[in-house]
Amino acid sequence: MRLFHWLLRLFPASFRNDYGREMGEVFAERRRAASGPGAVSGLWIETLADMVGAGLRAHLDILRQDLRVTGRGLLRAPGFALTVVTVVALGIGANTAVFTVTDHVLLRPLPYDEPARLVQVWERHPEYRQMEASPPNFKDWQAMSTSFESMAAYTSMAMNLLGRGDPQRVRGTAVTGDLFELLGAQPLAGRALVSADGDPGAEPVIVLGYGLWQSAFGGDERILGTTVTFDTGAYEVVGLMPRGFAFPRRDSMFWIPRHPLSQEDEEDRNNHYLQVVGRLAPGFTREQAQIEMGLVGERLQERYPEDNGDKGVSVYPMRDSVSSQSRLLLLALAGAAGCVLLIACLNVANLLLARTLARQRELTVRTALGAGRERLVRQLLTESLVLATLGGAAGIGLGALAVPLLARLVPSNLPIPEATALDPRVMLFAGLATLVTGLAFGVLPALRIAGRRSLSGALGSSRTALGARTEKVRSALVVGEVAASIALLVAAGLLVQALWRVQEVNPGFDTEGILAVSTPLPYVDYGETAKRVAYYDQVLSRVRGLPGVENAAFISFLPMTMTGGIWEVTPAGAEERERPSRASLRFVTPGFFDTLDIPIESGRDVATTDTQDTLFVAVVSRSFAESYFPGQDPLGRRFDFAFQERTIVGVVGDIRVRGLERSSEPQVYVPSGQVPDQGLVFYMPKDLAIRTSLDPMSLAPQVRAAIREVAPQVPVSSVRPLTAVLDEQTAPRQAQLRVLGAFAGLALLLAGIGIHGLLSFAVSQRTREIGLRMALGARAGDILGMVLREGVWLAAVGGGVGLGLAWVAGRTLESILAGVQPANLWSLAVACGLTSVMTLSGSLLPALRASRVPPTTALRED
Amino acid sequence: MSDPKESDLDDPLRFLPLPPMTFHILMALADQDRHGYAILQEVTERTNGKVRLGAGTLYRTIHRLKEQGLVAEALDRPSPELDDERRRYYRLTPLGTRVARAETERLGQMVDLAKSLGFARGTV
Repeated sequence: MRLFHWLLRLFPASFRNDYGREMGEVFAERRRAASGPGAVSGLWIETLADMVGAGLRAHLDILRQDLRVTGRGLLRAPGFALTVVTVVALGIGANTAVFTVTDHVLLRPLPYDEPARLVQVWERHPEYRQMEASPPNFKDWQAMSTSFESMAAYTSMAMNLLGRGDPQRVRGTAVTGDLFELLGAQPLAGRALVSADGDPGAEPVIVLGYGLWQSAFGGDERILGTTVTFDTGAYEVVGLMPRGFAFPRRDSMFWIPRHPLSQEDEEDRNNHYLQVVGRLAPGFTREQAQIEMGLVGERLQERYPEDNGDKGVSVYPMRDSVSSQSRLLLLALAGAAGCVLLIACLNVANLLLARTLARQRELTVRTALGAGRERLVRQLLTESLVLATLGGAAGIGLGALAVPLLARLVPSNLPIPEATALDPRVMLFAGLATLVTGLAFGVLPALRIAGRRSLSGALGSSRTALGARTEKVRSALVVGEVAASIALLVAAGLLVQALWRVQEVNPGFDTEGILAVSTPLPYVDYGETAKRVAYYDQVLSRVRGLPGVENAAFISFLPMTMTGGIWEVTPAGAEERERPSRASLRFVTPGFFDTLDIPIESGRDVATTDTQDTLFVAVVSRSFAESYFPGQDPLGRRFDFAFQERTIVGVVGDIRVRGLERSSEPQVYVPSGQVPDQGLVFYMPKDLAIRTSLDPMSLAPQVRAAIREVAPQVPVSSVRPLTAVLDEQTAPRQAQLRVLGAFAGLALLLAGIGIHGLLSFAVSQRTREIGLRMALGARAGDILGMVLREGVWLAAVGGGVGLGLAWVAGRTLESILAGVQPANLWSLAVACGLTSVMTLSGSLLPALRASRVPPTTALRED
Repeated sequence: MSDPKESDLDDPLRFLPLPPMTFHILMALADQDRHGYAILQEVTERTNGKVRLGAGTLYRTIHRLKEQGLVAEALDRPSPELDDERRRYYRLTPLGTRVARAETERLGQMVDLAKSLGFARGTV
């Protein structure tokens, strides 16, 4: 019998109360009638199926009924329904879009086999926490560690694809052969690279990424086994990777085995260019690996004190390769989206509460007709869930539309595609968010019904008392909305200021009126300096001859396009270097400083007469002169740098090599004529900067033509105004700001709607009181003031709470604020100003309506 | 019956076809008011045990029939010596009777149609 009572719980409470006892009797009778264990167990099986089926159907009956009532009710109030659905759609849409991107970048496991066991291993240096490894150190790590199943190295590179239309620059990765096995990556066709591919004398092979295979080879599988030509040589295509595979970044389009550059290079512990990825051995944690690698680092320090003296080893989870800045950008957005959803919920709760009060009579009648409290609560929850579901569905659509706008927030240095789609995970999230939303805003009105001891009494007679209590709750909801929107506004304001501050940073060079072009020279053909110099002369003389061109020059890497290329500096005659000092190395052709308007402060520019047969010279930046030759005339001073002793012949202004938001090492510029034959090929000048009085992009076709004339096999890529390079620096900030700004605006609008809704309702409930006041001699202005005061009071309390929240938000964001103070008057003032405007516009209409209540209403009402 | 909406609500045809279990319950109430267990017994007996109602299905159906106005609780109780005070008795409403008749007619027409097409017993 106890089991039967337990089964009764499957039915809705109202049903149970009505028929539970009788059903128990019926069952007891049947139980008595059943004789023998066979009949009894048969009865039980039958009863079990019957109760589960009927219980479920009884719930569905009620649901169907509630849905019908809800549908009718909403059709009768289409304005209300539309408002609620829109507000929910905005909240869910914002969260779906942000979740899609956040999940993609921060949460989802990387697309490799058992990604949790993948780590990155770096050399640690007092100045750089994560530095690439040198080849000999990498080999020692491999040999000396036991906490890794395997360890592989790779380095990013680029080659020019030839023989397929115009030469094309493609980025790829040189890897040690075991990398694919370590990642657990399977090719789409053919085979992945293996260790033997890296053996000396092995045939050159290449594995193509899906993107390159499609774009350059039309997705033709017959490319497998054939040979493709690059500027560095011919490679046999042995494998094709599937569409979703990316490593180490999404723009890597091919993989070739890494071959030692030279025996010398393989033994140089100061040449850091290998990135190292490891797979932890089963049962080992990253912490254990870190401890072991720390010891390995110490032993290498003892063994090679000269080169490894200050180098340690650090091990990071591969998932953490997202920079802390992108992480914070996304988390800030997630917080903002959460705020918007919260405001949306508060707003809808308020609307529903008002509707519940307005429906007092209907509810009273239903109670009188015998509807239990449980049924009313259920009805109200059904209604809010229906509204939430409609809003959620619209929100998912909105979110899908918004995702492309957020795609710029996906960092390109991750092995994941840029575009993200709505997938089951996102749908699940959106579904849960919708459910929680529906419950969150539905529960408050439902509780007000459920909490009443005598429903009909409460709904019927004590209307004013109920109204007063509910108004307090509703006021609290509005205060919450105002607070959240102020916090969002202040955060958006702080980020605007941070963006301005970053944009105001002087990069040290001019960006207006400059066209940037990249012409990656084939290493093999242009290994000899004389051949390169001829190329520069011919291209530059043609380009300078174009109408509107004022000057043009080549450099190894245009500022902010490459953050590496850092070498150690040893000033001549320096005793013992106190601490290692570094500078960035760039080769330039004469005229570079003039082209970018970098001031030559003393001495001279590099010249065509600086060749390998003359004195090795360098132009240095002011900060270089100040830190290595303080208080001296730097001209004529010598220092060891990049395999040569070089003499300073000029001093120029500093520029931001690493970007607007990062400090840069001092700069050293070396004449292009002094790049050694076949040496430092990585640094051969290939980026062309052209200063023009015209629109830079209008020159592009002529510049392409000029280069094709001189060297048809050289690809021309990255043709853009130099301003675009600078804009890229702030692109993530701008994208984030647009989104956060939209959220803040939305929040403000919703809070305004909230205040308007609350006051309108309060006024309509108090028509009689207002009429009475008018009858007793209050003027329209008094009533107007009374209602407005209420709105202002709500905004003031909300504003106070909001400012506190804003301060917390500002502190959290501090590291991406580029030095803007979190508590800053400017943002606070704007936020308060906007809130005041919002409050006034939200309360004005209800206030005016109240002031026009005719005194006779006092007599007419009820 | 002047209001067309009212007559719509009362139209027995809008309840058809009846689920078999519902029809069985209406039939069990045809001759007298019964309480739940009696309905159950009646159905079992009339169908020679082929149709077995569980308590859950029985009361869910009764609840729906009450809401639809086909069945109502009987207010006058049977003679005291037969009455069990804990039990509620159910009876057919006039609408319920009309619905049961309409269903019977519908089924009859169906059977006639089937027979005219040669589906009568023994013809196959």
